Amino acid sequence: MNNSFLSQYGSDIWTLTIEHLWLTGAAMLFAAALAIPAGIWLTRSPRWAKPVIGVTNVLQTIPSLAMFGFLLPLPWLGERAARIAIVALTAYALLPIIRNTYAGIRGIEPTLIEVARAIGLTDRQRLFKIELPLAASFIFAGLRTATVTCIGIATIAAAVGAGGLGELIFRGVASVDNRLVLAGAVPAALLALIADGALGLLERRFKVPAPESNRK
Amino acid sequence: MSSALEFRDISVVTASQRRLLDSVSLTVPDGTVTALIGRSGSGKTTLLRTANRMIEPASGEVLIAGAHERDVVALRRRIGYVIQETGLFPHLTIERNVGIILEAEGRPHEQRSNRVRELLKLVGLDPATFAHRYPHQLSGGQRQRAGLARALAVEPKILLMDEPFGALDPLTRAEMQDMLRELLARVKTTVLLVTHDLDEALYLADRIVLLSEGKIVVDVARDEFLRSDNSEILSYAAAFHRGVDRMSSHQSGSA
Repeated sequence: MNNSFLSQYGSDIWTLTIEHLWLTGAAMLFAAALAIPAGIWLTRSPRWAKPVIGVTNVLQTIPSLAMFGFLLPLPWLGERAARIAIVALTAYALLPIIRNTYAGIRGIEPTLIEVARAIGLTDRQRLFKIELPLAASFIFAGLRTATVTCIGIATIAAAVGAGGLGELIFRGVASVDNRLVLAGAVPAALLALIADGALGLLERRFKVPAPESNRK
Repeated sequence: MSSALEFRDISVVTASQRRLLDSVSLTVPDGTVTALIGRSGSGKTTLLRTANRMIEPASGEVLIAGAHERDVVALRRRIGYVIQETGLFPHLTIERNVGIILEAEGRPHEQRSNRVRELLKLVGLDPATFAHRYPHQLSGGQRQRAGLARALAVEPKILLMDEPFGALDPLTRAEMQDMLRELLARVKTTVLLVTHDLDEALYLADRIVLLSEGKIVVDVARDEFLRSDNSEILSYAAAFHRGVDRMSSHQSGSA
């Protein structure tokens, strides 16, 4: 990629990167707002865990291009491509976040939950003071997987006109210009790596030392 | 002497209809230490756990200071709880672990901090050294001390202890027993102690309650227990000491 290419496409790359970030960021916010409470609710009603996680699993198996296609004719959603992209990306992000929130809380040593009840913490205090902090590393791992997946899938959103770095890739493919393909793919890969690194740091930051019973 | 804790006709039945406790009644006088002893599966831990409603009995009721407390959270906050694994929360410092109920009650930070320091001193942990450590940075005995400090944080009238020193090595256990005995003489809390260790029960308790197959078979003062020729007591003591003797002879044989 030489200087003339960058001067020609530099501002496009920048704008589309921001657009890509906005699509993915909005989807992740929606997904976290839905999936973390859903994962918590499943720990309280475990009989629903299998069906709910099953449905989100099915959502994830739908090919992304088909998902964007399914959403296109829907009223309100179909009016703006960005809406379709955000809804589709949210759907893809649900599974890892719900699954990790559920597994993170269910995986807490039962003695700790029992002690939290026995010493008189209310359900809410138990959730916020004990369960969520102990499961935080798991939850961040789920957010990390979901974010990296969404950054990749968001490149397909350009197929329905939602913008993002996929637009450069599609334009490059159509005009058989590998430089354009790379101009979309490299920043998308970098975004994924940065998100992976940053959320990985948070995941490690919240990692709880090995339970005391293993250290006797 | 008034009763701090009273179990009235408590029966506990599992979902598979197995009877863990069968119409158990027991009065724990104020300010005393009562040890619940018995073989595994005799129902001692089940009985202890009905006191703070961690187990709801199928029938019967538990009275605290003569009254039935409806609010479970309020009840549990008035009862200290110490278990073998201590149950210290691994993501919280010792200071926050010990002060967690004070925090849950919304007490101001300074008040919490002062109380935690006082409690750590009481259980023999130097606040300057231990307050900011995490549970995994403490030895088994130190963790057990911190667990005890947490249980005493709200000055409970009743302290439930379920095999508190069961996971400790014999030397640390003896140290902890001395510390607890000295501490209980100062704080005057009513204690219900579940233990497998007859020596521990005799060392710490004023009253010994022996359970067998979900029923109380012996409920006597410690001195009476020592003098008794009751067949249940003799058979339990013999079984307990056979185990200890076997260990001692094995250890001296392999030494």
